[in-house]
Amino acid sequence: MDAKKELFQKLQQDILLWQGFKSTSSGKAERIGLGGIEDSFPGGVFPKKAIHEFITIAPEDAAASDGFIAGLLAVLMENGAACVWVSTSRRLFPASLSLFNVEPERIIFIDVQSERDVLWIAEEALKCEGLAAVVAELNKVSLIESRRLQLAVESSGVTGFILRKDGNKAASTVATARWKISPLPSESHDGMPGLGFPRWQVELLKVRNGNPGSFVLEWAGEKFKEVKKLNKQTIWSDLERRQIG
Amino acid sequence: MQRRFVSIWFSQLLADWQIIRRPELSDLPFVFAAPDHGRMMITAVSPLAFGFGIEVGMRAADAKAICPGLEVLDDKPGRPRNLLRGLGEWCIRYSPIVAIDEFGMDALLLDVSGCTHLWGGERGYLKEIFSRLKSKGYTVRLGIADTPGAAWAVSHYGKITPLIPAGEQVEALLNLPPDALRLDEQTLAKLRKLGFYQIKSFIGMPRSVLRRRFGEDFLLRLAQAIGTENEVLVPLQVPVAFSERLACLEPIKTKVGIEIAINKLLESLCKRMQSEGKGLRTGVLTGYRIDGKMVQVTIGTSGATHNASHLFKLFQLKVDQIRPALGIELFVLDAPKVDDVEVPQEEMWTSTPGLDDKSVIRLLDRVAGKVGFQVIHRYLPATKYWPERSVLRAVSVTEKPQASWRIDKPRPTELLKTPVPIEVMAIIPDHPPKFFIYKGVRHVVAKADGPERIEREWWLDQGEHRDYYQVEDELGGRYWLFRSGHYGGEQKYKWFIHGFFA
Repeated sequence: MDAKKELFQKLQQDILLWQGFKSTSSGKAERIGLGGIEDSFPGGVFPKKAIHEFITIAPEDAAASDGFIAGLLAVLMENGAACVWVSTSRRLFPASLSLFNVEPERIIFIDVQSERDVLWIAEEALKCEGLAAVVAELNKVSLIESRRLQLAVESSGVTGFILRKDGNKAASTVATARWKISPLPSESHDGMPGLGFPRWQVELLKVRNGNPGSFVLEWAGEKFKEVKKLNKQTIWSDLERRQIG
Repeated sequence: MQRRFVSIWFSQLLADWQIIRRPELSDLPFVFAAPDHGRMMITAVSPLAFGFGIEVGMRAADAKAICPGLEVLDDKPGRPRNLLRGLGEWCIRYSPIVAIDEFGMDALLLDVSGCTHLWGGERGYLKEIFSRLKSKGYTVRLGIADTPGAAWAVSHYGKITPLIPAGEQVEALLNLPPDALRLDEQTLAKLRKLGFYQIKSFIGMPRSVLRRRFGEDFLLRLAQAIGTENEVLVPLQVPVAFSERLACLEPIKTKVGIEIAINKLLESLCKRMQSEGKGLRTGVLTGYRIDGKMVQVTIGTSGATHNASHLFKLFQLKVDQIRPALGIELFVLDAPKVDDVEVPQEEMWTSTPGLDDKSVIRLLDRVAGKVGFQVIHRYLPATKYWPERSVLRAVSVTEKPQASWRIDKPRPTELLKTPVPIEVMAIIPDHPPKFFIYKGVRHVVAKADGPERIEREWWLDQGEHRDYYQVEDELGGRYWLFRSGHYGGEQKYKWFIHGFFA
């Protein structure tokens, strides 16, 4: 009986390894600074060799996702590698990235006209081992397209981020993780007036072989900080907005 | 090396061209005519019309009187030059230096030094050119000699042989009329008046006498024909230093075939570039099709490289643009722009990643090859406060920032290209708004920071300053708003939204 169990465990480990999850036992756990969120992933490690999908519909969500990704890029690009940001309608303001510890000049922006080109460039870039990460802004991704991207990632080990603008949460893609980042009211320290650190509701809608969950996160100037104690708050994007005019 | 020149005279350039285009004209007399001072003057004559005694320079009306069935076609200025250019480009297969004869505008001059042995000697070479052009439908007369002038003379006026052996151009010229020297009409008339019907009758005269009577130009032409003065041909296409040719036994029609050809060309080109320490920046692949047309694709690299497999990948993106039609018989790969290539020392272990990482440069080359260089952007900090001007486009991938990025002031993650007007309610002047309406949605402001005043650079453009506020609505959305202008100023102030914070 024990032998069978061992065999299953071994097989599960192998499958995880093939899917791009590095097992913790193989060495020192690499933390990416996401705190408790990382425990949602199999083995408790943020999968770098994977496609992460972000659902962004409202511009507020998009800005929050940009900030969250920028925070991740700060860690991913620590070794000096470059990053490619592909888009058809980019609004990201390069100067703001320095607030997230990312050197904006190390990001190569590719602004093309058609979605097809975005996919082509994203795939080529994901195959390029010299890059740390690739961010692609897309309207929608089909299963086949996402599978191609995933295959490219598996061979090179570049982290892929897809900012998806269609709200179809059920759309099937092969992304390892599906996120939704929405802004939350910030809290300033000691009741000072004005805005505090950017705070987000980080929803991990889907994780392959992991546990989805919802977290509150803050970019505390230099790193992510998880906010445990929270006043009763509403999530920005779940509210019906009153239309005027 | 003994220099040799070939002159190809198209005696009925326009007529031949017209017959090739419209074969039904081959048994009709026709002429080309162009308006000149209100009359139609004949500019070119077909062989049949010539038989009727019609000549260039006659009036079209007179010619019609001589030959009632005469077809008069419109001539366009510059047409002979265009035709010669096309024929000259076709002739590059025989020699890299092909020039249009500017004097008569009806001949091509080829510098064939060191080319003829490839066709089995000069006789075989001339025969090849003659038969190829004849099969196309052009009547040509050829001449080969040590100087372009002598070759031109023999092709136009020679009666014995087109082949003038090395060093014998003077003897060949002796019996030709002075017209063979490419002289202007005035000088020719003077020569005829004086009874010089052959070159031999004045070639021995003292130069000072000839100069006094016929001018410096006459002496230059004579010297160019004999070979005492050098004549420089202006080639149609300037030969490129790094160029490879691949002639195919059979015309290539398939994608696989084209790719094999590109691979072969790149292999030999890269080998040469590597030995000279050069790298390709621009590459042009030209395919000569058997229907006489050319197909061309161009690639560019962001850094000099002589890596054949990388260059092949760049060409591979463009292979679909090559239309082989009936087949390509000759491939030419040129590298019009090359740079010195830096050969970095190979590192024992993995190299440090970064912007100048080789794989990144190659990726950008591929993107540029498919979509274009203009889509790739990199930004550097600019020492300006005005948000739209605070980032600078980097010129190259490796350009380093001159200043550091500012992190003391909040800047939005997403910036709108142009600020969008919003409706705002603010209670006290110079305070952040109480609420604002953007895209029909009312946002009640809960927290706000600001204002941060940013003045316009008056030496760059005119207009109002902006007071920026960072606001957060009740639900947590963070926005960058600004008021343009003063409260109660001469001009009405306006509110705008300019970005979204993370």
